[in-house]
Amino acid sequence: MKISKMQELLEAKVLCGEEFLGRHVYSACGCDLMSDVLAFAKDQAVLLTGLVNTQVVRTALMMDMNCIVFVRSKKPGDDIIKLAEEHELVILSTDKPLYVSCGLLYTNGLAGSKEVKK
Amino acid sequence: MSDNLIFRFEVLGNDFTSAGQASVQVKKNLRQLGFDSEIIRRVSIAMYEGEINMVIHAGGGVAEVIVSEEYIEIILEDTGPGIKDIEQAMQAGYSTASDTIRSLGFGAGMGLPNMKKNTDTMEITSTIGVGTRIVMRVLL
Ligand SMILES: Nc1ncnc2c1ncn2[C@@H]1O[C@H](COP(=O)(O)OP(=O)(O)OP(=O)(O)O)[C@@H](O)[C@H]1O
Ligand SMILES: [Mg+2]
Repeated sequence: MKISKMQELLEAKVLCGEEFLGRHVYSACGCDLMSDVLAFAKDQAVLLTGLVNTQVVRTALMMDMNCIVFVRSKKPGDDIIKLAEEHELVILSTDKPLYVSCGLLYTNGLAGSKEVKK
Repeated sequence: MSDNLIFRFEVLGNDFTSAGQASVQVKKNLRQLGFDSEIIRRVSIAMYEGEINMVIHAGGGVAEVIVSEEYIEIILEDTGPGIKDIEQAMQAGYSTASDTIRSLGFGAGMGLPNMKKNTDTMEITSTIGVGTRIVMRVLL
């Protein structure tokens, strides 16, 4: 799925990385606990989360993810946007809650962790 | 090329916002050196978990990464409270993190086991009231 398609499905605002909306992503994970993302995520390109701090960006970077979706209208600060821009991450912001956001992407074909066909 | 490359970082304690900066920098350096992405990812995850631990449990410390021809070594050293029972600390789910740390998305007790999982060797030495030293290697 293209990131631009995710944006459309989630009716999301693009907070940074506009130039990378054409990237394809193959799986996502939804989680507020960075400990779990670090321990269990594998090959997911997208992190959907309601947690907002700079460690969300660094966690995504460590996991080689390239898109973060902040759910339920969470507004990341400038430090978060700046860090993401520096590392060419896309940040989307949606009004929808985590459960609904994940459901929308999943039913439209974006896989979870162990389901990615390679 | 037999000289090892060494990267060294001061990790500030009690500054959660900047925690992980050293790991981000190491990841960048390893990319520039052209390492395989799976190797980079394993080093990054292990170092980041260790760096976060130094910040939230030990008031900061020093992180050093040594790149040799055979391995990448991560040395994390702090002068924090030390770990009383290392075996217990290594268990998934064991954590002494505060509610504040949990509200920031950490403190599930997954860090140390995750460091072990992502590296080929890991040694912890710790003395109560003196500090903790963790040495991890990812073989190339
Ligand atoms: N550098 C350290 N100094 C002192 N204690 C530590 C240090 N690193 C870990 N510990 C202790 O070991 C416990 C387990 O660490 P671990 O990284 O596995 O989990 P955590 O940091 O509590 O949570 P998570 O890593 O999932 O965010 C910690 O809660 C803490 O009590
Ligand atoms: Mg930890």
